[in-house]
Amino acid sequence: MNYSYKIPCRKEKLRDIRGFVKEVLNKHSISEIDVSTLVLAIDEVCANLIIHGHGCNPKDSIELEIKVAGDLRVEFNIIDSVDMFDISAYKEPKIEDVVRKQRKGGIGLILVKRIMDDIQIIKESKKNICRLTKKVELR
Amino acid sequence: MVDIKRINEGDYELLRVVGEVDASSSIELDSAINEAIGSGGKKFLADCSNLDYISSAGLGVFMSYIEEFKKRNITFVIYGLNEKVQNVFEILGLDQLLVIHSTKEEGQTALK
Repeated sequence: MNYSYKIPCRKEKLRDIRGFVKEVLNKHSISEIDVSTLVLAIDEVCANLIIHGHGCNPKDSIELEIKVAGDLRVEFNIIDSVDMFDISAYKEPKIEDVVRKQRKGGIGLILVKRIMDDIQIIKESKKNICRLTKKVELR
Repeated sequence: MVDIKRINEGDYELLRVVGEVDASSSIELDSAINEAIGSGGKKFLADCSNLDYISSAGLGVFMSYIEEFKKRNITFVIYGLNEKVQNVFEILGLDQLLVIHSTKEEGQTALK
C-alpha cells in the first residue's frame, strides 16, 4: 500500500505530518511503540528539511511517501528538490558533549539513525530522496 | 501546541507541561524553563503527565539546561512521562542524565 502527502515548508505543518504518519501506520495495525518511534523519526527528518533546507519558506514543499510492504517492512521516501544532508554518514556526537556545550540542536539525526534500520540518500536529476526503512512488528 | 503553567507549591515551583513539544513549540518550553530558573528558585518539579509528544527540539531544551542546573545548584525533577515519551528519553540515554521519576510523590521526595 502506498500513501503520499505534499507538505508546505512550515514548522506548523509538523503536527499534520505526524498525524498522517500515525494514521497510515495505524491502518496496518503496527505496534504502538513502532508507530511512536517512526512518527518521531519522520518528524525529525522533515523538520530538518523544512528549517535548514528551506528556511521555513511556505512557498516550498516537500513530499512524503509511505509504502507498507507485506513483510512488514515500512519504507518512507521524503522527496525534495534541495540537496540533502547524508544522515547515514552523520557521525554521532557524544550526548555528554552536547550537554557540556549546552547545545539545543544536533540530536534529531541521532534519533533517526537509532530508530531506522536503513537510511539512503538517492540523488536523481531533479530531485533528492531520503529513503528510510524499518522492519516493524504488529500489535 | 504546548501549554506550560508555572505554579508555586511552597518549597518548590511546579511546571505543568501539557501538549506536544516539537520544532515549532520548543521555544515555549525554553522560555518557561529560562524564566523559572531566572526567578531564583532552586527546586523545580516538571509535571509531564500530559506531555503527549516530544521531539529532539524539546529534548534539546531539557539537555541544554543540565549544566546550568549544576552551576546554579538547582534541583530539577521530571515526573509522569508516558511510556512513549519515556522511550524517546531512553533512546538518547537522557534518562541517565536527567532526574526522572514516575509519580509526583517520588518527584517531591527527590527534591528534599
